[in-house]
Amino acid sequence: MLPQILPKEKFGQFVSFLMTEHKVVAPMAKGPQFAFGEVESAQDVQAIRMDYDISILPLKKYLLPTHEALLEFGSRDPATATAVVKSQPLVILGAHPYDLHALATLDAAMRTEPADANYIARADATTVIGMNIGSYANDQQFMADMGTTEPPEGAFDLFMTDLGDRYYIESGRPKGAEIVKYSGACRPAGKDDHKAKLDFDMKKAESLVKRLPYNTRYLPELLDDSYDSLLWDAISRRCFSCGTCTNVCPTCYCFDVQDKLNLDTVSGTRQRRWDSCQLKVFAEVAGGENFREHRASRTRHRMFRKGKYINDRTGKLGCVGCGRCIQHCVAKISILEAFQQIGGEADLKA
Amino acid sequence: MTQTANPTSITSPYLPRVGRIVDARKFTDKEAYYRFQFDDGAGIHYTAGQFMEVSLLGIGEAPISICSAPGQRDDLEMCIRTAGDVTGAIHKLGVGDAVGLRGAFGNGFDMNTVAGKDLLFVAGGLGLAPCRSFILAALNDRKKFGKVTILYSARTPKDLLFADDLKVWASRKDVQFLLTVDRGDENWKGNTGVITTLFRKMEKLNPSNTAAFIIGPPIMFKFAVLEVLAMGLRKNSIFCSLERRMKCGLGKCGHCQIRNVYVCQEGPIFTYAEVMRLREGI
Repeated sequence: MLPQILPKEKFGQFVSFLMTEHKVVAPMAKGPQFAFGEVESAQDVQAIRMDYDISILPLKKYLLPTHEALLEFGSRDPATATAVVKSQPLVILGAHPYDLHALATLDAAMRTEPADANYIARADATTVIGMNIGSYANDQQFMADMGTTEPPEGAFDLFMTDLGDRYYIESGRPKGAEIVKYSGACRPAGKDDHKAKLDFDMKKAESLVKRLPYNTRYLPELLDDSYDSLLWDAISRRCFSCGTCTNVCPTCYCFDVQDKLNLDTVSGTRQRRWDSCQLKVFAEVAGGENFREHRASRTRHRMFRKGKYINDRTGKLGCVGCGRCIQHCVAKISILEAFQQIGGEADLKA
Repeated sequence: MTQTANPTSITSPYLPRVGRIVDARKFTDKEAYYRFQFDDGAGIHYTAGQFMEVSLLGIGEAPISICSAPGQRDDLEMCIRTAGDVTGAIHKLGVGDAVGLRGAFGNGFDMNTVAGKDLLFVAGGLGLAPCRSFILAALNDRKKFGKVTILYSARTPKDLLFADDLKVWASRKDVQFLLTVDRGDENWKGNTGVITTLFRKMEKLNPSNTAAFIIGPPIMFKFAVLEVLAMGLRKNSIFCSLERRMKCGLGKCGHCQIRNVYVCQEGPIFTYAEVMRLREGI
């Protein structure tokens, strides 16, 4: 489908159409920041902020919820256990390009055999409408370095760019074209619209500067070389091991599995919950041996997952440069600074 | 709009099978032996070194090594040490009680890859449980291998596991079995000292044709590897099992991750050459 135009006065009509068949989530103000939340009423539609800078929590909360049931059981008898795999038609409206990349990473990780049935049920029922960015939200972002300023191929249904009084809409997966067609709110883009989009792209390219002193294709190798560096000890001195960085990271997907009993103390659910490799007990085994007991080893593990391990395993980005882990770190630990520092010894400027 | 698929049609890797305890024996104050059969009658296939996720609904799930001989069977055995909520609760169960079982997980080990070789088993403490699966595989197919040597150490005589097996191994002419305890008691007449002291007492093996299986606590692993390297074994002929707290068994939850390796999928059996490269392994 060729690019379409959604006039802003028809945005409400467009969202209402989405709401007829789907649960719709979109960025809305939360105090001085922004968060994705459900759009349930006409009032909510008015509250959508497609101009948001960055959401507090990433979109993984919709595909890998903070906690979800894996099993339900009626009693202690294991024969009473049944698997719980739930999904609901969902539209994520307003995903920034870096978050679309992060969704592609989660998708690759969770579909790796043995595949995760719970994730797949949700992902297959999810429609993603992306939203372009023209600038960084803050100076902790480095999407230009990570190659996440544009949406990844095949990881969205529609992708919108704000052209002032109208949205320029490009389609990805077939579902996107269907939405455009049946919403009745769009018209084909014309010459002026294409020109405006090109102007937007030029300004965007100028604004989104690179912040690393090397091309990120060298990041995994630079991390390998820095494995024994005291840098990890130095950074981790400030770390409180609180796990905020992994909670707000769009590509962190580690979890814990716990049983929760109902009030009858007999029936209940087996749940998984977000966990964090930054917590001290994460790599502890029975008997008390802890394989990442020292904070520095946990700090290094996280940064290696982001810059190397996830890439190596999935072929997708472990870090999309969104800067959330820096923005929300109480100790102001910066993965950007760490990535800058490990390149300090080699002159690899891209 | 929430759609919950019909439970019977869902294939979730988290749904356990019902494992019924058909035999249970106390080994020590902390360790007990269990034999399980599956209520669904479908049996199980596993290889030496693989593990199961054992669960009690309402309490949780824990990864436990299989200690019985590998193959296609209708039962499996485990030696379970009480160390936490799940294992503590399992110890309160007896014959006829049921647990949830998922698996088998892990890479396991194909004994055919060491056919014709001398085999050296070095087991420390509870490490004998996973090691027993390898030992029984070798003894069930005894002609396939060269010399079979078993070294086993426990803290005290009271901590010795699999007493019946130990008697059989000690009596077999085609097995060299050496046992030691860290501290003896008034009745102990055997070897005393850490497991490495047994290396000086054992019959010589041909280092270029020996595969060693070292399974025990991390501290034992370091010293035992040193001994077998000093014997002249190759790094690729030294196998070990790494202990981690696997929560999912599916290479997702991250708890068992060592650098870029998920132990529940790519392990838990690694060669020393691999462990060396992992750096954070032991």
